[in-house]
Amino acid sequence: MPDRAPLPPLVPLNNDTLERLLQAIPFARLLGIGATTGDDGKIVARMPYADHLIGNPRLPALHGGTIGAFLEMTAIAQLLADMAGPGMPKTIDITIDYLRSGRPRDTFARAIVAKHGRRVANVRVEAWQDDPTRPIATAHGHFMLPETPDAAPEA
Amino acid sequence: MSDDTPKLIGELIGDNLQVLLSAIPFSMATGMSVAGVGPARATLTLPWREDLVGDPRSGILHGGMITALIDAACGTAVICSLTKMISIATLDLRIDYLRPATPGETVIVDAEVYRSTRSIAFVRALAHHGDKDRAVAHAVATFMLGANKAPINRGIASEVAQNA
Repeated sequence: MPDRAPLPPLVPLNNDTLERLLQAIPFARLLGIGATTGDDGKIVARMPYADHLIGNPRLPALHGGTIGAFLEMTAIAQLLADMAGPGMPKTIDITIDYLRSGRPRDTFARAIVAKHGRRVANVRVEAWQDDPTRPIATAHGHFMLPETPDAAPEA
Repeated sequence: MSDDTPKLIGELIGDNLQVLLSAIPFSMATGMSVAGVGPARATLTLPWREDLVGDPRSGILHGGMITALIDAACGTAVICSLTKMISIATLDLRIDYLRPATPGETVIVDAEVYRSTRSIAFVRALAHHGDKDRAVAHAVATFMLGANKAPINRGIASEVAQNA
């Protein structure tokens, strides 16, 4: 066994596969989350507006929890898109900054994998509605990656 | 000895706890309920449900669902720490996932406001299945008080506060 197992190769994930992966997550279905992959392998996730996502009907505003969950799901979806093997990344920690209230319309998000280590990935995520330059929330978190066959168990 | 200190919503709410969540569609859609409140604290519960799962092979609840429950519990604790109903907004929320939630088991979140200023509430929360020594997640959050001119929708809760 070499000292350093090779990083999992980045495989281009087509949109059908990504949609199927997301559809396999029951909570992603409840939130209606879908995603498309760009040519650069970066995904854009979307959470279409639905009445049950509302937290404050008088404003009205999306529930902060739905936005937090959407950001976390986007990070996981990007990691899934980058991963070679099966398995699901597990959230170690996530910090969500709420910048603007989420209005009752579709929300989008993209993630940047700041570091993709062998065991842990550090991911930043941003969510917006009409204007990508005016994010409604950002998050950063750490995710435990599933063990790949190449990775040494103790690595 | 008379006590002129205004009562907090957490003390005024009485037995009608569910009004704190019943006007919040997402909390209703996911099956959250209020198990108890105090002067600046709240306990929310979420029974396990198949459509809240993150990994269908294990049946473990999605981390995002725990996030949403913790956000709701922290917000409810902040409401309970106020003397009158004003709008609040989450500024940030950090969650450490300590161990996976047990499939099939209800998640309990205890949230408390441990410091409030005129404009900010600092909250901490613990998610567990009944044994706090084996917590599922630990969280800290900050909320802005009086965040928006529009009243927050807490249904009858706001009437309780206004009549107090």
